[in-house]
Amino acid sequence: MEIILAIFLGLLFGFVLQKTGAANPQKIINMLRLKDLHLMKAIFFGIGLSSLLLFVLLGLGIAESGNLNVKTAYIGVIIGGGLLGIGWAVSGFCPGTAVVAAGAKRKDALFFILGGLVGAFIYMLMYSSIESTFLFDKIGGGKATLALTGIDNYPTLIPSIPAVFVAGTIGALFMFIAWKLPEKTT
Amino acid sequence: MKNILYQKQWNWKISGVALGITFLLAVLLIKPIGVSTQFVILDGIIWNSFSSELVIKDPAAVKGYSSQNAYLNKNGGKYARSVANPLNYSFIFVLAMVAGGLLAISLQSKETGNENRVAPKIWFDNFGRSSITRYVAVFGGGVLVIFGARLAGGCTSGHMMSGMMQTSLSGYLFAIAAFALAVPTAIFTFKKRR
Repeated sequence: MEIILAIFLGLLFGFVLQKTGAANPQKIINMLRLKDLHLMKAIFFGIGLSSLLLFVLLGLGIAESGNLNVKTAYIGVIIGGGLLGIGWAVSGFCPGTAVVAAGAKRKDALFFILGGLVGAFIYMLMYSSIESTFLFDKIGGGKATLALTGIDNYPTLIPSIPAVFVAGTIGALFMFIAWKLPEKTT
Repeated sequence: MKNILYQKQWNWKISGVALGITFLLAVLLIKPIGVSTQFVILDGIIWNSFSSELVIKDPAAVKGYSSQNAYLNKNGGKYARSVANPLNYSFIFVLAMVAGGLLAISLQSKETGNENRVAPKIWFDNFGRSSITRYVAVFGGGVLVIFGARLAGGCTSGHMMSGMMQTSLSGYLFAIAAFALAVPTAIFTFKKRR
């Protein structure tokens, strides 16, 4: 069953990434140069919509909170995110979009994936020497969320307001930003 | 409907709704979408095929496997287990993404059959027609992106999209850091010198 889901969801995600233009490095680079905000609008809208719907469904008991998986916040998230940002801007790919672009027969995506395998390998070899450094110092209590998820070991940063309002407000704000951003700038 | 399946590229509204529904569907059905971990798993599978002692069955480990490599061994041997069993959800998911990309271009109308697939136009405008330059730069970009993603514990899919969907603090921090460096890097790298 899991394998069938993996094939279905993977196919869907790959298809969607290709059709949104996210697997096209020209679109990524021009988004990051703030020239063509098509993808930024789509990303803001997608995150806003999914966040709003997720917390509505969690509130109604339709979505299972056991499926959530919140990642820990620590110093390395910020440093790693920055390093990723540099490579993302130069190449026009991130891990998911490169995989999809390779499927869409882009040759440069194959070199990105090879580089990615080397980057992952370096990290695997380095991990034992960095695992107890400041890089893994937690921020905000670890697996923190803004909206209450109802999972015991996830600290909530805004616990006094019902989760659906917190996530709903952020979601609506994201969709509003998506709506208002200009598609192209000159 | 047919129109949507055949279009080369969707407008931002369809794109946004499709992205949102995909990430939501994944968390409703099984778990949030993530990609970058699978680069480690593929490395592990390759490494394990050269040295069979990399990952071993270990009844004492929480996940039933352990590894001499500290990273594969963390979280009770979670990654070690995936390396030993490549037919797991997350790995198959990423393989299916490749097929998804292929499916999308196969359905698309033929008007753009001979598109350049070595570098985007903006790359040629800045760095000339050499494929080698592009491949070297993209390779280096790949090293940085996956190294950064592993240090951060996730990438654009796992942290930015899935993370912010769940209102995770880590997702917002990651997104801010990634854009804060990506935007100036892109503006500086692609100044259109030619």
